[in-house]
Amino acid sequence: MNEVLEFYPLLIKGTITTIQLTVMGAILALIVSFIVGIARISSFASVRVAAIIYLEFFRGSSALVQMFFIYFVLPMWGIYFDAITAGVIACGLNVGAYGSEAVRGAILAVSKEQHEASKALNYSSYEKYRYVIIPQAIPIMIPTFGNLLIELMKLTAVCSLITISDLTFMAQIIRVQTALTLEPFLLILIIYFIIATVLVQIVDMIAKKFSKGRNIMTAGDK
Amino acid sequence: MEWNWDHAYAVLPQLLKGLVITIEATIVASLIAYILGLAIAIFKMSKSKFVRVSLYWMTEFVRRTPILVQLYVVFYVLPDFGIFLEAFTCGVIVLGIHFSTYTSEVFRAGIDNVSKGQWEAAKSLNYNPYQAWKHVILPQAIPPMIPPLANYLITMFKETPLLAFITVVELFRAADQYSNSYYTYLEPMTLVGVFFLIVSIPSAMLAMKLEKKFKPIKVTR
Repeated sequence: MNEVLEFYPLLIKGTITTIQLTVMGAILALIVSFIVGIARISSFASVRVAAIIYLEFFRGSSALVQMFFIYFVLPMWGIYFDAITAGVIACGLNVGAYGSEAVRGAILAVSKEQHEASKALNYSSYEKYRYVIIPQAIPIMIPTFGNLLIELMKLTAVCSLITISDLTFMAQIIRVQTALTLEPFLLILIIYFIIATVLVQIVDMIAKKFSKGRNIMTAGDK
Repeated sequence: MEWNWDHAYAVLPQLLKGLVITIEATIVASLIAYILGLAIAIFKMSKSKFVRVSLYWMTEFVRRTPILVQLYVVFYVLPDFGIFLEAFTCGVIVLGIHFSTYTSEVFRAGIDNVSKGQWEAAKSLNYNPYQAWKHVILPQAIPPMIPPLANYLITMFKETPLLAFITVVELFRAADQYSNSYYTYLEPMTLVGVFFLIVSIPSAMLAMKLEKKFKPIKVTR
């Protein structure tokens, strides 16, 4: 074990890269979730169809295949990304597809009376979603987003396969250097577990903050 | 770079072989995930707090760490302890164990979903626990579990390409091998993506039909 711990600078670097990938991927995924999720309930059929194609494409094929496609195939068409960007794009777009379902589900879960109330207040469609529907939908989405954040964090391990030096990549280096197998992998499993557990705590805190003082009534409660 | 049909045709037989391995892996892994998941769900209802708490942290540990690293651990570490398993066996065991932590939540939610009154009714009919499970609880618990379990089957299918990195020649690795020998990623990778879509989109539609039919339980995680 001591031999492995001598490589601690690599492990720290790997941890930072993993966290960076997770955070950047999560930001992209969040943006994509809202755009695609709201597009799914658009009144324009073409917007809805585009959103469904996006969703089925990214949910239907494997995240690993998408990542390899972005990193190895797109350059053949002259679209170049460095490894980190390709990793973030693949993680973000993939998890964003799942997130969009959470956004759509949460918006649809806000009860019908809220729509009627907005109409009674003569709100425009934008005002209705901005001030009435989405603020109530967000607390409903947060638990799902929390689960997806963990999935995203786990997905970043796959980025090691497109040459990104994250934790998994570093563990492979240490394995080759020390000829030890159990220790480096066990160590990074624990680091991954700690990162995930911290993320779970953060999401729980956010969930508490958002649901404070609100008595959210969803369509299912009646 | 132009799409070259010659490459596309040439890689197709290998991809089909890979697809068979992928589907086999999915089926075996899902069986492990379902059986183990049910066992975990039952043990999580244990009266002993020690069993419940230790099981909780064990499943959380598996859930919160990447499958790829778990695959590496089993594939590289077990031989050190004198256990030699085929790559395919390693792969399906890891996938099965990983997803059993997800399916156990489905089983638990499904069992919780049957109201307490049903247990009391079974008791009042003087049913023993076996009869209660068989005639009262399971017939009500199982149908709502089917759609989420089907969805996890599709999720597992999409995780199988990770087995490529412990040398299982499934769909993804078959394409990768071709790419490396002919220096073309375009056709093999695109076809792999298409194969995944061809299998998983109809499966997802089927799962959606199941959701309409069975009124699924809500699994919050």
